[in-house]
Amino acid sequence: MRDRLGRPPVLLIVPAVLGTLLLLVPLVAMVADTRWQALPGHLTSRTALEALRLSLLTSTVAIAVCLVLGLPLAWLLARVDFRGRQALRALVTVPLVLPPVVAGVALRSAFGRTGVLGEPLLAWTGFAFPFTTWGVVLAHVFVSMPFVVIAIEGALRSADPRYDDAAATLGATRWTTFRRVTVPLALPGVVAGTVLGWARSLGEFGATITFNGNYPGTTQTMPTLIYVTRQADQDAALSLSLVMLLVSIGVLVALRDHWLGTP
Amino acid sequence: MTARRLEADLRVAARVRAEFAAEPGEVLAVIGPNGAGKSSLLHALAGLVDAEGHARLGGTDLLALPVRERRVGLVFQGQLLFPHLTALDNVAFGLRARGAARAAADAVARDWLERFGIADLAGRRPRELSGGQAQRVAIARALATDPDVLLLDEPFTGLDVSVQMALRIELGRHLRDFAGIALLVTHDALDALTLADRVLVLDQGRVAQAGPPAEVAAEPRTPHVARLVGLNLVADGDELMTFTPDAVVVSLTEPEGSSRLRWHGPVASLAPHGDAVRLLVHAATDLLADVTPAAAAELGLVPGTEVWLSAKATAVSRYRSSGDADPTGR
Repeated sequence: MRDRLGRPPVLLIVPAVLGTLLLLVPLVAMVADTRWQALPGHLTSRTALEALRLSLLTSTVAIAVCLVLGLPLAWLLARVDFRGRQALRALVTVPLVLPPVVAGVALRSAFGRTGVLGEPLLAWTGFAFPFTTWGVVLAHVFVSMPFVVIAIEGALRSADPRYDDAAATLGATRWTTFRRVTVPLALPGVVAGTVLGWARSLGEFGATITFNGNYPGTTQTMPTLIYVTRQADQDAALSLSLVMLLVSIGVLVALRDHWLGTP
Repeated sequence: MTARRLEADLRVAARVRAEFAAEPGEVLAVIGPNGAGKSSLLHALAGLVDAEGHARLGGTDLLALPVRERRVGLVFQGQLLFPHLTALDNVAFGLRARGAARAAADAVARDWLERFGIADLAGRRPRELSGGQAQRVAIARALATDPDVLLLDEPFTGLDVSVQMALRIELGRHLRDFAGIALLVTHDALDALTLADRVLVLDQGRVAQAGPPAEVAAEPRTPHVARLVGLNLVADGDELMTFTPDAVVVSLTEPEGSSRLRWHGPVASLAPHGDAVRLLVHAATDLLADVTPAAAAELGLVPGTEVWLSAKATAVSRYRSSGDADPTGR
């Protein structure tokens, strides 16, 4: 490690190495702990497959909803000057720092059977979100949307707004400009935000279990399954965790150009 | 498109207060120093900056319309071609945005690329184009929408000199065919002289002078234009005087005689200019003087040398200054 400015000081190197180990050791230990002979059995069990299917399904539906709602919201924050824009941006960020369990409680208050929106919804349609797969999607949307909006807003901001000007002088409406200029220019960032939101959604635990409980086949996703399995069968929990680790690495690989490409 | 006259009187914040008119088919060169408000004027006409006043084109006030309804083609400084679209899609963009079907828009766009001699580059993206090619695509993109007013913001800046020359000739041809009004912002006297029917000189946001290029070049009213055409400009009461740098005599001592045409100041810079050495002297106003290299050596001229400049009355042309702005800009 040669550096024109001198050797990096030990006082900085040691904590950096310790930090790296702290992040790495648990993952390595988990892989080392895994009982490989039992792995196929654990992963092909009915509950595991169902939880995996449900996780993929709910995360994918949730991210689609996040995109449909979040992309316009991000555009609004990035491109339209209106009163309260700062406040709206702050508001969007709240679920990002909110403990997921609290998010679950808040969703109860809004969409529970006696919630402000949940009660009239139940009266009119007979449908209630809690303890259903749609409830899982709702919880996922709630926790993932901020990731998607913040990431996409950043991407839209870094797309030069003068291209919007150019499109307008050529006769394009704002909708045409959004569709044909702004979003295509910000596409790498939009994709990154989407993948990030999807990964966040896949790992969602707190809000989901608080809002929806833990019913196999309906609301039991991988994280909740891992949590309940761990109490009875440590080995099965390890196997399931390994799957989630692989998915996480997959996401990282998918986004490598976006995050790891630039020094 | 029906050809219509443009009458504008617009103000952009504290930067620009410009009044001018242009006839259909006319090419107006807009010149002036940096910060004179040239780009602001163009952007105000396009609607990209807020402006007060009016810009009537026939019966409609452009300033009252949203940007996309103005039918104003703007060729941006730095082109701003959409980087994710091919040259063809860039040129077709305006047509499709205004509702043309893809095939029809592509056909018109291809035709425009052909007129600019770059049909073979239709499938390339902007980053695969040279500066000159990209500028051709940018001009074609603006013209393809058949605008009433074409605005060109320093279209030759940043291009190689040889490319500039070729593009200038090409643009001249397209501007002759263009039935609408063209405004060309430029830093280069050559653009104004070769491409424009009339020149609009902006100084500190105001129109300091307007007229045919030859007239503006012969009787400049601002130091900036005088410098562009290589003349010295000195205010003398109600009159302005211009004279060429080679009509200036340089000496180290105060010249004999009764002439009032003498100035004193330090040499600011020396640079080769053709066969001569051109001096910039910080006299009461900045003045240019050409001396032979031999004379420069003999007088020992270096930056900072105090010199006297004088000019013969017969070498000076005088004309009345008019216009509301202080014509020397001082």
